[in-house]
Formats: sequence, structure tokens, C-alpha cells
Amino acid sequence: MDGCFRRYGGRGMSTTNGKAITSRLSILTVAVLPIVLLVLSGVWIISSDPLNVFNSNTPPIEELVIERLFLDEEGIHLKVRAEGSEPITIAQIQIDAAYWKFTQSPSGSLSRLSSANILIPYPWVEGDAHNVVIVTNSGATFEREIEVALPSQTGRVGNLRAQATVGGFVGILPVAIGMMFFPLLVRLRSKGMKFVLSLTLGMLAFLLIDVLEDAFELAAEAASAFQGPTMVILIATTACLGLVAIGRRNGAPTGLALATFIALGIGLHNFGEGLAIGAAIAAGATSLGAFLILGFTIHNVTEGIAIVAPVVRKRPSIAILVALVLLAGAPAIPGIWLGSYAIEPHWAALALAIGAGAILQVLFEVGALTLRGPKGFLENLDWTFLSGFIFGISFMLLTGIVVKI
Amino acid sequence: MKRIFTKITNRRNLLTGGAALAGGTALASFGVVRRPRAATFDSESTDPSNYVQTAMQSMGNHGEMVTIGDVGTDINGFDASDLLTDWETGQIEVGHDGRKTRTFQVEAEDREIEIAPGVTFPAWTFNGRVPGPTLRATEGERLRIVFRNSGSHPHSMHFHGIHGASMDGINGSGLIDPGEEFIYEFDAKPFGCHLYHCHAFPLRAHMHKGMYGTFIVDPDPEKHSENRGVALSRKLGTPENSTWQEFVMVMNAFDTNFDGENEFYAVNTVAHHYMKHPIKIDRDRPVRIYLVNVTEFDPINSFHLHANFFNYFDHGTTLTPTLQTVDTIMQCQAQRGILEFSFENHEAGKYMFHAHQSEFAELGWMAVFDVTGGAE
Repeated sequence: MDGCFRRYGGRGMSTTNGKAITSRLSILTVAVLPIVLLVLSGVWIISSDPLNVFNSNTPPIEELVIERLFLDEEGIHLKVRAEGSEPITIAQIQIDAAYWKFTQSPSGSLSRLSSANILIPYPWVEGDAHNVVIVTNSGATFEREIEVALPSQTGRVGNLRAQATVGGFVGILPVAIGMMFFPLLVRLRSKGMKFVLSLTLGMLAFLLIDVLEDAFELAAEAASAFQGPTMVILIATTACLGLVAIGRRNGAPTGLALATFIALGIGLHNFGEGLAIGAAIAAGATSLGAFLILGFTIHNVTEGIAIVAPVVRKRPSIAILVALVLLAGAPAIPGIWLGSYAIEPHWAALALAIGAGAILQVLFEVGALTLRGPKGFLENLDWTFLSGFIFGISFMLLTGIVVKI
Repeated sequence: MKRIFTKITNRRNLLTGGAALAGGTALASFGVVRRPRAATFDSESTDPSNYVQTAMQSMGNHGEMVTIGDVGTDINGFDASDLLTDWETGQIEVGHDGRKTRTFQVEAEDREIEIAPGVTFPAWTFNGRVPGPTLRATEGERLRIVFRNSGSHPHSMHFHGIHGASMDGINGSGLIDPGEEFIYEFDAKPFGCHLYHCHAFPLRAHMHKGMYGTFIVDPDPEKHSENRGVALSRKLGTPENSTWQEFVMVMNAFDTNFDGENEFYAVNTVAHHYMKHPIKIDRDRPVRIYLVNVTEFDPINSFHLHANFFNYFDHGTTLTPTLQTVDTIMQCQAQRGILEFSFENHEAGKYMFHAHQSEFAELGWMAVFDVTGGAE
């Protein structure tokens, strides 16, 4: 950088004396000038409005995102966020093709990216479908269908406990069961161990794709100004690099450290699974039958194997194993709580993006551990690895059939 | 209007690239739920009737099912309550032969109007209002309608009446470009309740943008000796007529998001206006309504009166009712008629009337007569 400035300054000044002063001056100029120009062009654009020619008579772009929707004894609650080029004024609201009174707080028009809570005292019918249409002052409409009207699960202690139980079944139980393969893993020889680690990699690859898919889906639902998809990638990458950096303070993580990171990544993924289940409960609990919970339990069994694989030679204490189980499985419970509370999509996407980063990190570390030989990085890529990897992915895919209805 | 349930394409949003509401329950749909048909879930804590009751308790007379707020005169420059009785009678000149010539001045202009509280609509209007002025004449008069187009598109006035081809208000006979003027001239006949509207193409656009109005031709009592009393009661300005309470009601609707379906329905433009500002009725005097249907996009509209029955004169072209003792009639587009009824033997109070397509009613075409007077 310095050299660049010097070269730049040197072009105008040939004497060596002036060089130091000039370069400092030019640094100042070079740094300030673009900013001044930017400000000036901003003023010019706003004052002259060069695009005015093109849209003399077009209505303003109106965009509205419904971030939350839940029903209770008061009626239908919405949280909306405005997005368009100009403030949006919600003029009227239709429920099932009829206008209804509503309250909005804060009231008034919504400037870009600001949000408001809306309550429509509508006598909704449990189990029915309802249709909400928001009409703005220009007559533009924004529609949202309530597929199955169900009361909000929020704040009911009994429900929270029931949801925690479901979370235990889909998060904690399978990881614990998976870990029970520990004594078996201990007896494995190096080839068998490699198969298990490859299987772990395959499973992690599946989870990474799974969690990214969900994160993108949620990001697409959020206000587009949040630039969801880009943010998902950025956050996942940052989280991954950050975790790699933390994990490698004292060299590449192995053993318990690696197991902990795997548990963390899986935990964040299970948090995402919890969100989905919670949202499902909020949207229609009937479809979440025992069959589905069992599906999740089987689906997640390999996660336990993955976590203990790096510590097979270390003989960890039961307490540590329990801690790992909780780290990997327990996040499903808050996930379900938040999911049923109809968390705003951008927050859910953020959580899942971090989860994707965490999984990417362990994918990288376990991959390095498994594939690196004394001579090179992909030295250990052989049929044992491939069969384990493919078995891992296939297992997740096949058990996924049960869960992805 | 189709059931709004079916996914509509929001044309305005497509135009501006703003379809931001996709995937309502995408969170739920990622992997877990499909909509169950029967709601058979455990309802230990959720007795649905509780919710309905609680929500119902907070409701007023007609419930919370109404547009929120009120439409003032700030944007419109007119009060929908005034439109009911605002007869435009023009300028009368009497010729040497004693024949009357009635001249109306009508101007087409673009104007933003408020069709529901807080919702504006870029309308094309006659004389700055929707519906346009209620032109009222008497059978047999010579009519001159001086029409100026100050709007941004070609417009015309096509009268539902009897006239020559050159006065029809279609291309080549009175369809004029912005800045031009045309004088329609014809005899006021037949007597009845009629309408006029712009006949520029595309007709659908010009209609639903607001270019229509009522055209009433009162019968000449001298020409109807057998029903002279009825004719006198119909003719504006006679003592017989002044005992009647006459209102003009144009059933119209607005598609605010350009999806080919109406978002707001009303009589005389403003959704729910007569719900919030009931029409005062003196129960001792009979009521006559000039009803016109100009609703675009929906094939029919209807009028239903609560707690009462009326006689109906289809097109108003007869002095004896075409339908007797009915409480609901329907009209196709451009159909119109006269309703006559009385609250004479009714208790005082609020009597609703509305389209009996529930959807139209709930989207704005719902109104109330406030009947007062008499001994209680």
C-alpha cells in the first residue's frame, strides 16, 4: 500500500526531499478525495433525481413481509416488515374476503425495514384454513394463507414440557444410542475405524447440505434487504473459519477437542431440526405423529457414532460422554420452543447459517484427520473411505425418507 | 370475484418485482408438515368455542367486520352521503314552440379518489366524482350534453337511451381525444332509470376506472293519463314527488391491485360508507331508490333489504311494478331499476341493506337505513 502511494506521489514530484511530505499529502488526498466525491455525487443524485425521467407516473414499489403469524384468543397476530422504496401504509385488512377492524402498533406508515405488530380480532375457527390479505393505501395487496388455524403454543407450560420431550426424543436419545456403539468401536482395527470416520464424514456432508437448504429457505422468506442467501454463506464461512481458528490454536484438533466440535456442529444442526419440528407443531400438530418422531430418532443415531469416533482411543469418562450427548442433542429442545413460537425467519436463518459453518468446520477437521497420510492430504482416499462415506450419506438419505414427508 | 383463496397473481407486485410473500409456511414445510384435513389433535387446552366466544364478545353491533377508519371529503371533494340525492338537472331553455331543451356540462378528468378509508384509487371520472353526476331530465325534453375531455385518454359518453347512431358515444360518434369537446343531442326517452358510461376501448378498463353515472328520465305526467298519479310522484319537483325520499345508488367495485378481481365493493364508491353513516329515513314517507349496477369483473350484483319488501320497476320504464313484493333483486352489468318501499308500519331503528352475495357485502357493499319518526 505504502509503495503504491509512493509510486503515485513520485509521479508528480521528482525530488527526493519532497517525497515524504508529498506522500503524506497524497495519502490524505487519496483517502479523502474519493469520499468527498461520493458525498458530492450523493447530493447530486438526490437533488437532480436523474431517474425521474423513467418513472414519472409509476406507483411506488411496495413490499411487505409477514415475519410472524400466530393465533390466540385475541384473534390473529401478525408481525410485518416494510420493504419497498417508499413508506407503506396499511389501510385495510381482509380475512377470508371480508374487511375486519385491526390495531397496528406502532401505528402510521411503515418506513423501509421498520416493522409493526398487527392484531385482527377475528373469530378464527380451529382447524380451518384462513386467508389474510393486507391492502395498502395504494390498493396493493399482500396475501398470507393460514393453512390450519391452531392456537399459538407460546407460553403454555404444559406445551413447553411436551415439546421438550419431543426434543429429547429427536435430539438427545438418538445421540446417546449412537454413542452406545462405543464399546464396539473400541474393538475396531484401524481399517474399521477409518470406515467409521468416513461414515461420519458422509453423514456430516448430508447434514451440511440439509442445514444449508433450510437456511436458504428461511432466508428467502425474510425481508430481501437482509440479503438472506448472501448472509447465510457469509455467516457460515465466518463461523467455519472462526471455529477452525479456535480449534487450531494448539494444532489440529484431535480426540476430545474434535469430538466436542463435532458435537457442537451436530447440536446446531439439531437446533435447526428443532425449529422445523416446532414450526410443524405450530402449524398442525397432528401430522407430527409418533412415526415421525421415531423417524428422527433413527435418522440421528449416526450422530452419536460420529461424536465418539475421535475419542475411541482416549477412553473418556461417562460424564464427558454425557456432556457431549447434551451438547449435540439438547439444542433440539430450544429449537422446538422457538420454532413453535414462530421465530422471525431471519433469526432462524442466522442460527442455521452458524450451524452450517460449524458442520463445515468438523467436516474439514475430520476430513483432514481421515484423509491425510504421512505423504499428502488425499493419501488415504481409498475404497474403505469411499464405502464408508457413501454408506454415511445413504444411511441419512434412506432414514430421511421417513422424516421428509 | 373468485374465492380469494385461490392463489392470485399479484400483478402490481410482478410489475414492481415485489412478490415478497411467497412461501407462507415454508418453515413448517421444510420436511415435516402437510396440511391435515381433519383437525383431530389433542385439544385439552384449546376449546375452540372459547376463542370464538372471546373474539365475539369484543364485537359491536355489526361486529368488527368492517373497514377501519372513515373516508372524509379531503381527497374526494365529495361526501358519499351527498351523492344519494345530488340531482344534476342542468340548464333549461324553453324554445318558441314551448319545448324545453336541457343542457348538461360534463367533463372527463383523471382524479385520485378515496374508495375506502386510507385506500386511494387512480380514477377516471365524470366531473371529478365516481359515480359521475346523476343527470335528471323529464321525458320528451331535448337534451344537450356538452362533453369535454380533460382526461389523459380518449373518452365518450354512451347513454343508455334512445338516440341516433351519431350520438352513440362510440368510435366515430362522440368518442373524443383529450382536449376535445363534443355535444350529444337527443330526446329524453324512454322514461326510466338509466345510465351513461364511457364507451372507449378497452371498455372494461374505462368502466372500472369510474366512468359511469346515473341518467334518470322522469315520466311526463301529461303523457300517462292512466297512471298520472304515479308519474307525478316520479317527476322531480312536483308536490307528489316531494313526499318521497329518493336516493340514487350505483353499485360499483374497484380492483385496486389489477388482478381482475375487485378488492372493494360499495354503493356510490365508498366501501361501508352508509354502514358508518346510516341513511336517515322518515318512516312516514315512502322510499324510492334508483339502483344501477356497474360492477365490473363480476357478472351480477344484488340488492337485499332487511325486514321489508319492495316493488321493483326493472329499468324504471313502467309505471306499474315489474316485480311485486320482493326483498331481493339481482342486476347484471348495466341493468338498473327502481325500488319502492315504505317503513310506515315498522318500528324505528336500523335496517340493513346489502348485496346478498356475502362476499360483496363483506368487502364493502353493506349499508343501513336509520328509520326514525312516528309515535313510538
